[in-house]
Parts: sequence; C-alpha cells; structure tokens
Amino acid sequence: MAGLIFLSAIVFLPALGALILLFFPASAETAIRRMTLGVTLVVFLMTLRLVFPGDGPAGETLLERSIHDVRFVAGEPGYQHALAVPWIRSFNIEYFLGIDGISLPLVLLTSFLSLLAAAASWSVTKHVKAYSVLFLLLETGMLGVFLALDFFLFYVFWEVMLLPMYFLIGIWGGPRKEYAAIKFFLFTLVGSVLMLIALLMLYFASDVRKLPEQARRESLLSSEMIVKSLAPGEKPLHTFNLVALAKLGQMPDSPFNEPAWLGKSIAWWAFLLLLVGFLIKVPSVPVHTWLPDAHVEAPTPISMILAGVLLKMGGYGIIRICYPVCPQGAYELAWFVCGLGVVSMVYGALAAMAQQDFKRLVAYSSVSHMGYVVLGLGAWSLVPGIWDTQYWKMGMNGAMFQMIAHGISSAGMFFMVGVLYDRVHHRDLDQFGGIFGKMPAYTALAIVIFFAALGLPGLCGFIGEVLVIFAAFSYSRVLAIIGASVVILTAGYILWTVRRVYLGAEYRGPHADALTPLSVREFAVGATLAVAAVIFGVFPQTVFRYMAPSVNRTVDEMAQWMKAVSINVVDSSEEPAEKSRREPTEVLGNLSGKVLEAGSQQ
Amino acid sequence: MNELLELITRIEQNLAVSVRLWIPEICLVVTAIALLLQRMVFPSWRRGASFIMFVGSVAALAVLFWQTAAQSAPASPVGAFLDVLRLDRLAAFFRGLILLFAILFSVLTWLTHWPRIEDRGEFYVLFLGSVIGMSTMVAAENLLLVFLGMEMASLPSYILAGFEKRERRAGEAAMKFAVFGAAMAGVMLYGLSLLGGSLGSLNLPTMGANLAALASNQEFHGHGLSLIVGTLMVLAGIGFKLSAVPFHFWLPDVFEGAAAEVGAFLSVISKAAALGLLTRLCLTLLGAEQASAAGLPGPLIPFVVGTLSLLAAVTCTYGNLAAYGQGNFKRLLGYSTIAHAGYLMMPVAAAVAALPVSRETARWAVASMLFYLVVYMFMNIVAFAGAAFLSRGAPGEKIENYSGLVRAAPGFVICLTLTLFSLVGLPPLGGFAGKFAIFASLASAQLWALLVVAALNTVFSLFYYVRVVKVMVLDPAVQPPSFSLPLSSPQGMFLVLATTPVVLLGILWQPVFDLVCRAAGCQ
Repeated sequence: MAGLIFLSAIVFLPALGALILLFFPASAETAIRRMTLGVTLVVFLMTLRLVFPGDGPAGETLLERSIHDVRFVAGEPGYQHALAVPWIRSFNIEYFLGIDGISLPLVLLTSFLSLLAAAASWSVTKHVKAYSVLFLLLETGMLGVFLALDFFLFYVFWEVMLLPMYFLIGIWGGPRKEYAAIKFFLFTLVGSVLMLIALLMLYFASDVRKLPEQARRESLLSSEMIVKSLAPGEKPLHTFNLVALAKLGQMPDSPFNEPAWLGKSIAWWAFLLLLVGFLIKVPSVPVHTWLPDAHVEAPTPISMILAGVLLKMGGYGIIRICYPVCPQGAYELAWFVCGLGVVSMVYGALAAMAQQDFKRLVAYSSVSHMGYVVLGLGAWSLVPGIWDTQYWKMGMNGAMFQMIAHGISSAGMFFMVGVLYDRVHHRDLDQFGGIFGKMPAYTALAIVIFFAALGLPGLCGFIGEVLVIFAAFSYSRVLAIIGASVVILTAGYILWTVRRVYLGAEYRGPHADALTPLSVREFAVGATLAVAAVIFGVFPQTVFRYMAPSVNRTVDEMAQWMKAVSINVVDSSEEPAEKSRREPTEVLGNLSGKVLEAGSQQ
Repeated sequence: MNELLELITRIEQNLAVSVRLWIPEICLVVTAIALLLQRMVFPSWRRGASFIMFVGSVAALAVLFWQTAAQSAPASPVGAFLDVLRLDRLAAFFRGLILLFAILFSVLTWLTHWPRIEDRGEFYVLFLGSVIGMSTMVAAENLLLVFLGMEMASLPSYILAGFEKRERRAGEAAMKFAVFGAAMAGVMLYGLSLLGGSLGSLNLPTMGANLAALASNQEFHGHGLSLIVGTLMVLAGIGFKLSAVPFHFWLPDVFEGAAAEVGAFLSVISKAAALGLLTRLCLTLLGAEQASAAGLPGPLIPFVVGTLSLLAAVTCTYGNLAAYGQGNFKRLLGYSTIAHAGYLMMPVAAAVAALPVSRETARWAVASMLFYLVVYMFMNIVAFAGAAFLSRGAPGEKIENYSGLVRAAPGFVICLTLTLFSLVGLPPLGGFAGKFAIFASLASAQLWALLVVAALNTVFSLFYYVRVVKVMVLDPAVQPPSFSLPLSSPQGMFLVLATTPVVLLGILWQPVFDLVCRAAGCQ
C-alpha cells in the first residue's frame, strides 16, 4: 500500500499542481513559472527517492512507510511496489501501478526532462498560466503511462496526454502550428483506436480462471479478483491486468491462440493492431509523417518533451505489452518489425541529410534513432533447438538503453536549436556559421550532445546502437549490415550540421548582434544534459543495473514460452529438431491446430 | 357469473396498483393543468411557469425514485393497466432519465429567458405532453400503446420545433418535420399492424411466444414476408424518431431553425424514448422465454442484427462525415446527434445478436447503451446550452464568429471544450467511458466489423469537434468580443453543474454503471 501511495503521488502531483495554478492570477507570471518548476523539481526528487537508499527505519503508520519504505531494489527483476485495487468492478478494471527495471529508467527520464523543460519554459511568454497548467497535466499523463500496469489505466493515461499536447503545439507553436497540432492529434488517435480494438479483443479472450494457481498469485491481481477467480462458476473472468494477460499469452495453450480472421490467431491480430498503434508513436516509417511537423512547430520545451519522452512511450508499449502478451504474433511478425526498424533508420538518416531547417533535421534524426529501438526489440534471435537468448537480451537491453540515450541527446539537440532560434529567429542551416566564435560555451555543450547523438564511443548514443547491431547480426546479417552502415549516414549529417552551424569564419545571417552568451538558466539545462550524456556513455552500468534484470526476465519468459510451444510439437509429431528449426512458422501453425483439436474433444 | 366477478376484482386490483405506479406521470398532468391555470389566476407572477414546471418535474422524479427504491429487489414487473404497460426497472430508468432531463430543461429555459414569459406556459404544457408520451413509449407492451405513445410524443414536438414564430426558418423546419413525421407514422402503423396480424396478438410477450412457436413448428415461411416487411416498417418509424440515416432529412433543418433548447429536447429524450421502445420491442419479441426452449426464432435474429448494424454503421458514418462542412454551430450539433444515434443503436444490435448465445451478454449490452445515454444527456445539455447562450448573444450561430472566445469567456469555453472532447470520446471524460462500454458490448457480441466502424468513426468525428475548439481557443479574435459569461453567473453555474458529471462519469463511473446494470437486469 505504501508503494502505491507513493507512486500515485508521483503521478498525480503535477495534476494537483495544475489545479493549484488555476487559482493564481494570470498576471503573476514569475510566480507561476517558479511554481511549475518547483512542482517538476519535487516530482523529480520523488522519483530519485526510489533509487537512493532511505534513511532511518521504516515507519509505523502508512504515511511514514510511504515516505521511507519506497526504495527500488536494483537487481530484482519483478515488479516492485505493485498493488492493484479495484476501480471499475463491472469491467474488472483495476487501479494498478507498479514499477520494474523497464519502467524505472523511463520514469526517471520523464521527471528529469520535465524538470529541464520547465526550466527551458522561461522562453514562453504568451499565456503563461494556461501553458503551465497544460504542461503539468502532460507530465501526469506521461508518468501514468510508465507506471500503469492495468491495460485500461494505461490507455487512459496514454490518451490523457493528447489534449494538453494538442493545445501546447496549437497555441504556442510556430507558424504552421494548427496544421501540426491536428496532424499530431489525428495520428495518435488512429493509433489509440487500434489499441482500443486490440484491448477489447484481448480482454474478452482472457480468462483468469485458466491460469494455474501459482501464476494467478504472481499476477498481482487485486485480492477481490483472486476471490472472484476462486469462486465456483463457469463464466470466464476477464481481466485488464497486464501481468495476468502476459501470463495468459505465454501459456502453451493460451486462449489468445484461438483463430480470429484469415487463419490468424487473436494474438497475431492483437499484436499487429498494438504494434501499429505504438509504431505511430515511436514513430516508424511509414507512419512518421506527423513527427517532423509536430517537432518543428512545437515550442522548444515541448519539442524536448516530445522527442525525449513521448516517443519512448511507443517503445515502452512494445516491450511491455506487445511482446509479452502476444508472443505468437511477435514471433510470426519479427521480420516485419525488424524490417520497419531498418527502413526507419535509413530513411530518417537520409531525410535528415536533406533538410534545410535545423529543427527539422533534428526531428528526422529522431526517426532514424528510434529505428534502432524497433530493430533491437524485434531482433528475435531465439531459434528452436538452440535456445540461446543471449543475443536477444542484448538487443532488448540495447533498445531500452537507446531510448534513454535518445531521450537525453534529442532533448539536448532540440534545446540547442531552441537557444539559437530564440536569439536569431530563424533556423535556416545555410544562414548559420561561426557560432563558435560568438558563443563558445554554448558550442562546446552543443557539440558534446550532437556527438552523443552520432554515437561516438564514450557518449550515451554508442552503447545502445552497438548492442542493437550485435543482436541484429545474429537474426539477419543483411539487416545488421544495413543498420551498421546507417552510422555512416548519421555521422554524415551530424558532422555536416556541426560544420555549417558552429564552425566557419563568421555568422552572416540576420540578427547577428543578438547572439549573446548563454544565460545561467540556459547553461544549467544544457550542461546537465551534456553531463548526463557523458555519464551514461562512460558508465552505462548505472542504467543496466536497474534495467537488465527486468529486460532479461522478459526475454527468458518468452524463451520459456517458445520452448514449451516447440518442444510440444517435436515430441508429438516426432520430427527431427532440424525440421522445426527450418520452418518454425509452420510448427506454430500446427500447434495451434492441435490445441484447438484438444479443446473441441473436451 | 363468478368468473365475471373475478375478472372485475382483478381489474379493480390491477387498476389500483397501476394508478399508483403511474403517479409520476399523473404528477406531470397536474403540473400541466397548473401551468394553464397559472396565467388566469396569477397573471402577474412572471417566473411562475418555470417555477411550477420545475417543482412538478422534481416531484414526479422524487415519486418515481421512491417507488423504484421501495420495489423489492428483483422487481416483480407489473403489467399495468391490464398488461398494456410494463413498469419494470428498465422503464423506470428511462422514465427517470426523461424526468431528470425535464428538470434540467426547466432550469435551462429559465436561464436562457426563452421562450418569452407570455408564451412559456404553453411551451411547457406542450413539452409535458410530449414527456408523458415518451414515458408511455418506453413502458408500452401493447402495440396500440406503442403507437399512442409515439404519436403523443411526436405531435407536440412538431409545434415545439416551430415555436419561434417570428423566425421563418423555424416555421419551415416545423412544417418539414410534421409532414415527414406524419408519413413515417403511417409507415410505422402499417408495420405494427402487419406484425400484430401475423403473430395474432397486440400484446408483445404473447407475440414473442407466438413467434417462438412459429419458429419451432417450422411454419415460419408462411409468415416470413409479412414479418420481415413489418419489422422493416417498424424500424423505419423508430429510425425516424432516432434520426437514423436514411430517415434523417428533417433533422439538420430543424436543428438549425428551432431554438437550441428544443434541439436539446429532440436530441436527448426523444432519442432516449425511441431507444427504450426499440430495446423493448427487440428483446420481448425475439427473446421470449419459451423461445430458448423451442429454438429461437432463428432467421429473424440475424436479419434484425444485420439491419440494425447496417443502419447504425451508416448513420454514424454519415453523421460524422456530413458534419465536416457545417458553418452553423446548431446544425453541426444536429449532425453530431445523428452520429450519436448511430453509436446508441449499436448496443441494441449487440443485444439482439447475443440473445441466442447468452441473455446475460444481451443485458450487458443494454446496460452499456443506458450508460451512454446518461453521459450523452449531460454532454448534449452542455453543448446545446452553450449554443443557446451563444446564439442569443453577440457571437450568434456562425462558428467563424466564435474566434478568440476563450479570451472573453474562458470558463465557458473550458466547459464547452471538455464537452466537445467528451463527445469525441477521449478519456478521462465521460464520453470515453460510455463509448468504451458500447465498444465492449460489440466485442462481447462478436460484432467485430461494427466495432471497427465505430472505432474509425471516433477518428472521423475528431475533426469537426476540434474545429469548433480550434476557432474558440487557437484563432485570434477578429473583433473585440462582446460576449461574457462568468462561471459565477447563474448561467455559468448551470454549465459547471452539467459539465461536472461529464468529467466525473469518466473517472468514477462504477456507481452509475451499477445503476444501469440493475435497470437492465444484469446479475
């Protein structure tokens, strides 16, 4: 209970702050800005509290325990502080929050970037009160997505951030803000609607009663649901509990293996619908077109949040929901996922190279970098008969690390672009040059961050990319080689950008005299990001320590599922292992047919 | 002789029970008479009409609430007035919803100062007549009462649509409405007589039992044509009340021409009553208890499911797409109500589809429709109240004139924005919870194609609702706005009061969902 209270406080503190802000007079702009910064700072400290050891003994009362007893134990693969309480009983919806090694780094990234974005929001001068309220509501939505373990709750938080984002782009954005805002809204809503259909498919196919006793307890269902599941009755007990859904999905005779349409199973369709929904957010080619517009038109702090946090929700959804809940679909569509990842990498890099607008270039670099995430998640290197999960673990860990690294570097790049734009009011790459001479400190920070994005060893971008490429190599050499050569393209556009913007003899563009050195506040934001990029590049262990056990557990569970599924087939049909290795898809098809036969005989 | 005496005693007893259960509607009749007398007795009491109307509908709702609460748990449904009305929990829910709307409606007309004081008494009397007709519709268990209720609900609404006498558009709209309504009433009556004739009764449960018997005796094909034609004609009549495509032609003109208050009336309870009738017809005729034993009236169920699904899908899509080009806010809301009629018909299709498989699933589908109706009522009250305030003020009805409204009336715009996004169906607003419940009913009845259509329609609907929000919030003000509506004013408080449920129903919807579950008879 203590953990649930603490996590709820993290999620809803920004919303509470927004509510209090409503009572501020609109003219007290400085007070409103400080209040926003203060709220994001408190949230950041609270999330940090999770990783730092507590001082003093655990308290007696619930309140004391929710302050002292909330440490996240590193190396523990399972969910921590996870507790479900009933919310909407009619649909077995639970208010279920929890944290594990996959969500913890993303929660920290969110609160960290929100703090920096709030600090960068001093550049916003129009309707400060409304801006701050929406900004804080957005933070609640983002934190909720990463902490929710009930699919319905996840969906609600996922959508909650839509409205604030629409207004933040639409009111405070650049010249084409309205177009960009509605495009963002529309794309995301299409994705959510697909997710909603998949959510209902899985819900009505699920049945907690089919889970073995042990798995039921491990699913952290609310006590009420456990009681319901033990009560005699034939009616299936549906659930939105993501842990239980994953356990159901990984059962050899999973209810999600029932055929749906066109000979494909529920798991296959649900995976596809969810995947498309999440890939829109990632974004991956060909559903990425909202991103350049939204990023370019959004104000600087919002671009930082968009690139730093919102894109990660897509990757998080894939690793948290798509793969564990629908392993069968994931297995059959692995080539599709990896292919899209590689196409995004190449396309994003080439498109970035062709850009004239500085911010658009950074936006396309996000498409390219998030391609690594998709490739890393999709690189299914389990082969029946070998059972070596090592490469896949590497890929998933790499993808997760890449998300954190990209969160730092892309937010940093957008901030750096914003600093320049605030001064000279243009973003035309050809009109820059010679910034180094005018703003040396700024240029130094910018170059660190751009090199981090490039994937220079020693900076955060390198680790994720290299792990992903290693993993992909064992899945498909062609994809890995193409993926690896994208690094050259990336180096191409980033070095070219650095040369065009920062180097050169002299700045010849408009507003040359406005190029003043960084303010203390700007320096603090930029330096923090640059330091983070170095720390994560030199000590990736700081992240892996928390992340790897959970990621590895996810992979191991999938491997177990795979083993159970394939061994069954090999035993019953007495085929040599080589055959099943060659045609695993066929094997799975046979299996689901057998499961069905068995079911109908009963 | 003895038998006759017994019959008379039975009638007496039944009458006593029936009248007691019909007290809420009798309250409304008394209110209507009081409204007519008030102008003669107290001509100087200017707020009198609104006050009497308010008190009368509150009293009716209170009586209904008390009666329903006092009813023992699994309500023994009473066949009131010798089995022509079935006053069960479902009927009680619809009657309660209609009465709740009547209360809100009286407050709204009070606040918008429309219609003029001199006309208000007559206006309310007509409104009450329609309300009593709707109460009859949702409880009717006899084809005669079905038709009587329909007509009683419809006739006053033709006059209400044209109540703005000086407005030419209103007169034209009322005329269109009346002519189209009369034609559809004829079609409906013909359909009812075909159904009654082929099933040998006017009493719905008896008709259901006869239908089941026909199906089990394989005598179905002899009556097949008349049953199918009859069903189609009845659906056309109900479709007209629901403004389902292709019976919607009257609606955009009426909504543009008539006052926004009348728009709220037509869009909420008029549709609620039609849905109540549709649900009862479908479930009683096709879901007779004997049917499950004798094998259900097979071919008719897929036919009704198919027709309803097609009607719902086309209505929803048409409403959403046709709303794109609208420049008039009231007309846009009119198309929005067409689309919502589509959403509301979907769970009925799901309920019928689930009948042969599981009655419980069918009841859940009905419950999800009831839940959406509750949310829909509050959303439309806010939207049409907003339209009423705007159209009587400086901004008028043209959406383009609303630009920059957020600067002039921020609280008002926030309420309206929340409601419009709730109409799209975004969490954490009530519209999402309602849509989720409906989508869940479609999924549980395995109507996947309809679910996909409904889900896509959510995306279609985004544009035109957001366009209104965009104009109000994002666009710069063209002229210095002369419209103000602080939330502390009575009008503002009414808006806040009606917006609160829209938000709350998206977060804490369990209590209301329990209520609708009980009304629909779920376990």
